[in-house]
Amino acid sequence: MDLFNLGIRSIFIDNMVFAYFLGMCSFLAVSKKVSTAIGLGAAVIFVLTVTVPVNWLLNEFVLKEGALSWVNGELASIDLSFLRFIMFIAIIAAMVQLVEMVVEKFAPALYGALGIFLPLIAVNCAILGGSLFMAQRDYTLAEASVYGFGSGTGFFLAIVALAAIREKLKYSHVPNGLKGLGITMLLTGLMGLAFMSFMGIDL
Amino acid sequence: MSVETIEKTIEKKPAEALLSKRRRKLVSDPLVDDNPITIQVLGICSALAVTTQMKPTLVMAISVIFVIVMANLTISLMRNTIPSRVRIIVQLAVVATLVTLVSEVLKAFAYDMYKELSVFVGLIITNCIVMGRLEAFALGNKPYDSILDGFGSALGYAWIILAVAFFRELWGAGAVFGIPIFEYISSLFGPDFKLATNGLMVSPVGAFIILGLIIWVQRTKTGYVEN
Repeated sequence: MDLFNLGIRSIFIDNMVFAYFLGMCSFLAVSKKVSTAIGLGAAVIFVLTVTVPVNWLLNEFVLKEGALSWVNGELASIDLSFLRFIMFIAIIAAMVQLVEMVVEKFAPALYGALGIFLPLIAVNCAILGGSLFMAQRDYTLAEASVYGFGSGTGFFLAIVALAAIREKLKYSHVPNGLKGLGITMLLTGLMGLAFMSFMGIDL
Repeated sequence: MSVETIEKTIEKKPAEALLSKRRRKLVSDPLVDDNPITIQVLGICSALAVTTQMKPTLVMAISVIFVIVMANLTISLMRNTIPSRVRIIVQLAVVATLVTLVSEVLKAFAYDMYKELSVFVGLIITNCIVMGRLEAFALGNKPYDSILDGFGSALGYAWIILAVAFFRELWGAGAVFGIPIFEYISSLFGPDFKLATNGLMVSPVGAFIILGLIIWVQRTKTGYVEN
């Protein structure tokens, strides 16, 4: 598949949030203010762009069936793909730790605003989901990089858009039981409906 | 959010009944009043993607029950030996191991289901309920209580996703557990009568809207209001 098309596809059509429900926890919890949403979105873009290619390398040269043949011909029959989950999550946790340290050093205000959600990016389904989809769809390294960046951008767009709507929502009268999560779910549904129109694009 | 712990101190008593009132509360609280999905807003990530049909949802629910209970037990047994700085990594390692186990079992005995759930079995690792319970409960409580707590939370999760799946499959495909109920009802009213299904329910949008409505009903009943 053409790289540009793949990028567009992963941002709009296969949007992490609206098409696969990934990263919903932080999507719902950190979307109360636009500024924090931008911070989290940027962190997710960065972590996805880094982890998907890194996990691609790991998958290609260590985990896949026969991947170890570059070490020694005898190892070609080894299939370590059952270790995928644990290895992927380890890489992700390490990367998140790195991002956390960088953000703490260079953007303390953002660090304070993101609070607990920065370390929790490690358990953000969008990040692990990105790597697992990459492994499942047999992307090449270039495709994996574009996919990582694209799906991160898709998440960024979604969370910033939702935060903008929720900021306006403060001034409206929502029924008590629907306040907070309820209305946000309905909103997300409507946004998903809008994003569904991208499915008509034939790439 | 998962770290906003519900601290529960446990008084030492010589012998507590196996299912004392406090312990029953551990199981029953997360079902309605403190439901992980509708009240605590956790675990929505992997919950919605599999809910187009009842069957994969049931498999998912059982897998999550297994993972949460076992992870809670394991972490609770190790709670005094885990240094708090590396606890997230330890928890992830335990959960990832359990999920690998589930995924391998599914692959071996229910390959079709494994294919259908695809990456979402793996995504149990990042299910916030699992990490939330480990952080909030298992790290500070005894094994047996942790098992009960995990079981309660997992059941709370299970019934919500089963409810979502029920409506999505019923209205989206006109069936429940693959049994074509709409077709059966239509046939009662003669050949020209046909109950329509709605394709929107099968799409992600349907999941969001149905969950939103379930949350509305549930919160109205419990009287929980979010600020």
